[in-house]
Amino acid sequence: MPKPTPFHARIQPLCESYDWSIWAGQYAVRAFDVCHEREYNAFRQATGVIDVSPLFKYDIRGPDAAQYLSWITVRDLSTLKVGRSTYLCWTDEQGKVIDDGTCSRIAEGHYRLTAAAPMHHWFTDNARGYTVTIEDVSERYAALAIQGPTSRDVLRSISRDIDVDGMRFFGVQEGMLAGIPAVVTRTGYTGDLGYELWVEQHHALTVWDALFESGDRFGIHPAGLNALDVCRIEAGFLMMGVDYTGAFDALIESQKSTPDELGLGWMVKLERSPFIGQSALRYERKSGPSVSTVGLEIDWVALEELYGRHGLPAALPATAWRDSVPLYKSSRQVGRATSGSWSPILKKNLALARVDSRHSKLGTCLDIEVTVEWARATVPARVVKTPFYDPPQKKAVDSNV
Amino acid sequence: MYDAIVIGGGHNGLACAAYLAKAGRKVLVLERRHVLGGAAVTEELYPGFKYSTCSYVVSLLRPQIIRELNLAKHGLTILPLECSFTPHLEGPGLVRWPESAKTRDEIARYSKRDADVYPEFGRAMLNLARWVKPIIDMPAPDPTSFMPQHLSAMAKLAQRFRSLSPEALSQMTKMMTLSAVDFLDEWFESPILKAPMAVSGIIGTFLGVRSPGTAYVLLHHYMGEIDGAFRAWGLSKGGTGEISLAIARAAEQLGADIRVNAPVAKILMKNGSAQGVVLENGDELKAKIVISGCDPALTFNGFVGRDHLDSEFLSHLDRYRLRGSSGKVNLALDALPEFTCRPGRGLHMKGDIAIAPSIDYLERAYDDAKYGEFSKRPYMNVVIPSLTDPSVAPPGKHVMSIFVQYAPYHLKGGADQWPQQRDAFGDTVIKTLAEYCPDLESKILHRHVLTPWDLEKEYGLTEGNIFHGELSLEQLFFFRPAPGWARYRTPIDRLWMCGSGAHPGGGVMAAPGRLAALRILKEGAV
Ligand SMILES: Cc1cc2nc3c(=O)[nH]c(=O)nc-3n(C[C@H](O)[C@H](O)[C@H](O)COP(=O)(O)OP(=O)(O)OC[C@H]3O[C@@H](n4cnc5c(N)ncnc54)[C@H](O)[C@@H]3O)c2cc1C
Repeated sequence: MPKPTPFHARIQPLCESYDWSIWAGQYAVRAFDVCHEREYNAFRQATGVIDVSPLFKYDIRGPDAAQYLSWITVRDLSTLKVGRSTYLCWTDEQGKVIDDGTCSRIAEGHYRLTAAAPMHHWFTDNARGYTVTIEDVSERYAALAIQGPTSRDVLRSISRDIDVDGMRFFGVQEGMLAGIPAVVTRTGYTGDLGYELWVEQHHALTVWDALFESGDRFGIHPAGLNALDVCRIEAGFLMMGVDYTGAFDALIESQKSTPDELGLGWMVKLERSPFIGQSALRYERKSGPSVSTVGLEIDWVALEELYGRHGLPAALPATAWRDSVPLYKSSRQVGRATSGSWSPILKKNLALARVDSRHSKLGTCLDIEVTVEWARATVPARVVKTPFYDPPQKKAVDSNV
Repeated sequence: MYDAIVIGGGHNGLACAAYLAKAGRKVLVLERRHVLGGAAVTEELYPGFKYSTCSYVVSLLRPQIIRELNLAKHGLTILPLECSFTPHLEGPGLVRWPESAKTRDEIARYSKRDADVYPEFGRAMLNLARWVKPIIDMPAPDPTSFMPQHLSAMAKLAQRFRSLSPEALSQMTKMMTLSAVDFLDEWFESPILKAPMAVSGIIGTFLGVRSPGTAYVLLHHYMGEIDGAFRAWGLSKGGTGEISLAIARAAEQLGADIRVNAPVAKILMKNGSAQGVVLENGDELKAKIVISGCDPALTFNGFVGRDHLDSEFLSHLDRYRLRGSSGKVNLALDALPEFTCRPGRGLHMKGDIAIAPSIDYLERAYDDAKYGEFSKRPYMNVVIPSLTDPSVAPPGKHVMSIFVQYAPYHLKGGADQWPQQRDAFGDTVIKTLAEYCPDLESKILHRHVLTPWDLEKEYGLTEGNIFHGELSLEQLFFFRPAPGWARYRTPIDRLWMCGSGAHPGGGVMAAPGRLAALRILKEGAV
């Protein structure tokens, strides 16, 4: 049986659609209403609130914490200052990505790492020789993501001692939220201004109630995974298990990916202290990755024409899709689109894709498979830059942006 | 020297400029007012409250324009409205929701039969709207021309017509000829349902819900499209002006020059051909072509001058119907008012709210107008955008936008009676609305009243017509603005049209601006 999250008592009555999903063994809402449109708009226009408690969380403490984290992840964390967070991934000895998440330095010698899949064994197995403690705090902490252009106002309205306005993109602060001790990080999965709030699970409902009471003026709205999925695609964020297979889940070698293949090469500095996967990645860097991850914009006019030939208006799935579809170049398959969505804000039909690196240059025109009335066809799709949507308030410190 | 000068920084003029600049042409936009946008404008007339002074909801803005000009990057977002709410003095009123099951329950209160028919009607309308929609995405062909491209476009239209089922064809014919009420009578029995549906047939026209020809305009309601799906109405975040500003930012980034506070006095004419413009301050600016984003009356009577036009064109121009019939009241509210028939601030408040309790109510409102008075109990379309987009008012406070019909431009004593009548008109609107939400008056911090006279004087809309000319069949498609001149050209050499007075007409859709630019480029005019 799935377990309720610490916010379940509040979320359950709001979930009028009964559209539940199970996320890491816990109940998570797909959409509160029959359609996720309102929730999407909350993320993009006001503030959407999503329960992210099912994320796996690990507290790393001790004098060697920085060196240890620099060993198990691809990032050099010796330079991460107290009060900062960073996005990162970790790989196996072959340099294949296991998972990705964020790492926050909450205090001197105290870091918190998030993961999509359970990692306690991997983290402890690789801790030998380091003076650190690794605590799985997944159940101890409840987490809420509050995301959207008014989220700064919402956060400010429930905190006294947190310097909300001074908090930069990927900043971390400890303080009181509605009288409850909490950690706040300026992070999220929507590609907009947003924060994640981490509190002990028995305080979850207090924080939820305070948020919704004072957030009302700023258009706060609970949101589910469907709306989040559209936003994360617009933001160009990859999802483990969808856009790539984590090394532990892969059945065959070709299902695994390196950071360079996922477009995460920017976070891998090879000339530094040793880390797991380093030598394999060094080897790959010389020749470059053979597969690349790209953003695609699917030609809308061509899609309309294709449907028109069947006498139909162009139809789109109501939610983001995640069944891979083949991509072709001159009728030869060169990759696959792994997930995609219509972007309501950009009015564009978007996808994330893995393609043969020779066809990954910006502007390259590929053909994506589309099935209309059970007949297969293709329409053009162009390789474009990600994030597809990148609003100025995402990184801005000035609250007038 | 500029390739093109666009007169008027309305959203169409700006869109036209953006597309020309995108094709590498040097363009200058001249706007008379201190702000861009024309009737698609946001103005902070009371500190902290952003009014969409004129146009307040969007439905027809072409998605390809958002894509092609990357308007999201330039700040544009459209938020869907929740529903359509019709409050009543007795009973719970009627709300039509996006969820069909919820709407069914609402309608069934008044008629079980109508509740069944309603989705069927929606499907029939969608079918017809799909048939008409491509027409608004292409320049109107000229049916009197034998040029091959016109013939093939006509053939395509004819083919589409033939592809309609006999049933749809009969609906289409009815749609073109019947009144909104007669058309709806064929489907529904409940007047409570029919009244708010019929009003979309009269918006911006000087016709009543029982006037023939109003059925066609109903269809426009179903053509609104958000996200490629046919859906009702939305709001532009930050107010309607953000649409114009996003287009302006795109245009400027593409290299267009835009000037505000630059009123044009005349078009510079030489040997029957437009050479440029003369500003009110006397400056002369030359360009290879001039494009007017203003309405046909202002363009030809005002900027060109009647002595440059032949009598046939002038007679069309004089028959072109502009007679404005609507006004607007914008309010800054200290708190949200409450509708007696549905208390509380449920989702129904986030929709468009129609004061249209019955067909007779609407017809009576028209009766007043027929005799040169504003309606004593007008039809009103109310939206509270701050509930959907908190950025337009200070936290906890609200903006209310009230579109009002009828307010005839030609009052009994003449249009210039309006300044004296303005306050009385505003009072009537508030008083009527307060019958439905009695606490409204106590919440008003600021009131802004626009009469058709103000629309003409301040926004340059001749006779206060919100669409640069009524959207009635005889002045749409091949006939807009005049037979033979529906393809953005004018009888004046090097003068083009790109505003709502050109095909496919008024509303915030930016289609005339885009299509005009594409036409100008295709014909190699610059
Ligand atoms: C009260 C009201 C409510 C409306 N509500 C809606 C709605 O909810 N939804 C909808 O879709 N549509 C609505 N409309 C219609 C819609 O706003 C218009 O059809 C559309 O905005 C017209 O755009 P345009 O660019 O064609 O022309 P305009 O916006 O009229 O632009 C013309 C521009 O020319 C400028 N100009 C005038 N004279 C000169 C001069 N001498 N020199 C230089 N510039 C000059 C004007 O200032 C103006 O900026 C409404 C209109 C009004 C008035």
